[in-house]
Amino acid sequence: MALLKVRDLRLSFGGLKVLHDISFSVEKGAINSLIGPNGAGKTSLFNCLTGFYKPKGGSISLGGRPITGLPPHRITALGLARTFQNIRLFKEMTVLENAMSGQHCRSRHGIVSAILHLPAQRREEEAIRAAGMRWLDFVGIQQHAHRRAGGLSYGDQRRLELARALASAPELILLDEPAAGLNEREKLDLVHLIRRIRDETGVTVLLIEHDMGLVMQVSEKIVVFDYGQKIADGPPEAVRADPRVIEAYLGTEE
Amino acid sequence: MTDEVRTMPATAQPRLMRWSVVLPGLAALACALVLPQFANAYVTEVATTALLYVVLCLGLNIVVGYAGLLDLGYAAFFAVGAYTSGILTAEFGFNFWLTIPVAMAAACVAGIIIGAPTLRLRSDYLAIVTLGFGEIVRIIARNLDITGGASGLIGIERPEIFGFKLMQVQHFYYAFLVLALLTAFVCLSVERSRMGRAWFYVRYDEDAAAGIGINRVTAKLQAYMMGAVIASVAGCLYAAKMTAISPESFTFNQSLLILLGVVLGGMGRIPGVVLGAVLVALLPEVLRGAGTYRPLVTAVALLAIMLFRPNGLWPDKRV
Ligand SMILES: Nc1ncnc2c1ncn2[C@@H]1O[C@H](COP(=O)(O)OP(=O)(O)O)[C@@H](O)[C@H]1O
Ligand SMILES: [Mg+2]
Repeated sequence: MALLKVRDLRLSFGGLKVLHDISFSVEKGAINSLIGPNGAGKTSLFNCLTGFYKPKGGSISLGGRPITGLPPHRITALGLARTFQNIRLFKEMTVLENAMSGQHCRSRHGIVSAILHLPAQRREEEAIRAAGMRWLDFVGIQQHAHRRAGGLSYGDQRRLELARALASAPELILLDEPAAGLNEREKLDLVHLIRRIRDETGVTVLLIEHDMGLVMQVSEKIVVFDYGQKIADGPPEAVRADPRVIEAYLGTEE
Repeated sequence: MTDEVRTMPATAQPRLMRWSVVLPGLAALACALVLPQFANAYVTEVATTALLYVVLCLGLNIVVGYAGLLDLGYAAFFAVGAYTSGILTAEFGFNFWLTIPVAMAAACVAGIIIGAPTLRLRSDYLAIVTLGFGEIVRIIARNLDITGGASGLIGIERPEIFGFKLMQVQHFYYAFLVLALLTAFVCLSVERSRMGRAWFYVRYDEDAAAGIGINRVTAKLQAYMMGAVIASVAGCLYAAKMTAISPESFTFNQSLLILLGVVLGGMGRIPGVVLGAVLVALLPEVLRGAGTYRPLVTAVALLAIMLFRPNGLWPDKRV
């Protein structure tokens, strides 16, 4: 069953067409990748899926529910979480507070119950904190829980973004270049972590990545973009052999 | 599913009790409790004003320090509270205590009217709209009959509590002390809750906050309304203390002074804001000796603070 369905999605800024009639789907429980040269429109597609950009046409559905045009917080609440290409943590807050942020849309107590210190509110706070700790543990940075998020190493900041997104209990998680800036050893850990996300939590993964080795290693299916168009879509071996893909990547490092 | 949670070491519980804050806080509270026993009426009066500013600055800190919204017309909500309570007691014979919930509701309504349309826009608009709102409220108060026009409202009832009437400056000193402590408790409770964290998320990175599921408009509106409610309660007690209020108590200058208190001490956290509020109230008194040079000395002092302590005197060291 397709968890994410994108149909004829179009996006433009002024005269600049960024996405041309994009259609593809992501199966539930899959790890899929989105590749393409810089400026191909990959991040823009993520921004459409998560409600940050309003597409000009087409439709997006998540688990059969239409999410086209909804604001970002509603889409997150419906089960779609993301990380950002250039890390967007709450740098001045603690690592744990960052992880806890994902739980906001899964909890409900407001100002009045906080002032009254209602038992239900205290319990919910405990649950939020425990969930934050659990996801920090999952990505392996629990020992840094009370440090300033901005003070973490680059690799750990990427992990924290993952923990924060996972804490929103998504069905589908979108990762925008999660391996950017990581060394080889950190990339291996990341591959392992991405597999664990799917295998241990059942969350479906769609990632944008430049590192072809990593992409080929983790993905069951790859969607290839070039100049805002989908030029290929299929299993790694097929995509690698596709003449259009080879042409698009000719002259680039891979 | 996932690995189970490892238990955290006891030392890992962060900054719930930091002695560098708790000890000075307790000392300050002890001084505040006994102050009227030793001080003359003038000092008690100034201290009462300082407590009023503590309440107002704590309220504005929710808007500015927690949610990161620039509000240049905060005194308007203080006016809404003072006039609501003043009119209801002076003109309609309401019991003072009953006017507080009415004033809170009025502040909520005003907050929604101003906030709901503006908070959807970029943050800079809020500064302009709130500036305008502050002036509009003052001008309305100047021009309506029920508010007493330019000369203001007189004959506001003194509150009674269990048959004891608040009359003297000491009585109001303690009333404001209770209100300040209550406000600090409320702020602290909310700061450490789900909504309080949401405000900080929005303040530090609005897009990332939206991306992890926070409705930024609702979050900002709640901060704005909570600030409004606190100012309105302060307004009720202020009206009762003064027994007469006029539009000139609620000028743009007043809004700026409250904002100054928030920024001066170090916005975001309660100890810094309390310190800033007290300074704002004391500075004019301390500088009385400077005579006509007072504005100059004030400006130089503020510049020096901003130059040497750009994050405030007691900055928000969160982590
Ligand atoms: N907010 C925006 N305004 C104008 N142009 C944009 C905006 N966002 C993206 N673009 C343009 O869309 C194209 C695709 O960008 P992007 O989606 O970031 O590519 P990728 O992530 O594949 O490298 C680029 O030409 C970029 O300049
Ligand atoms: Mg990109």
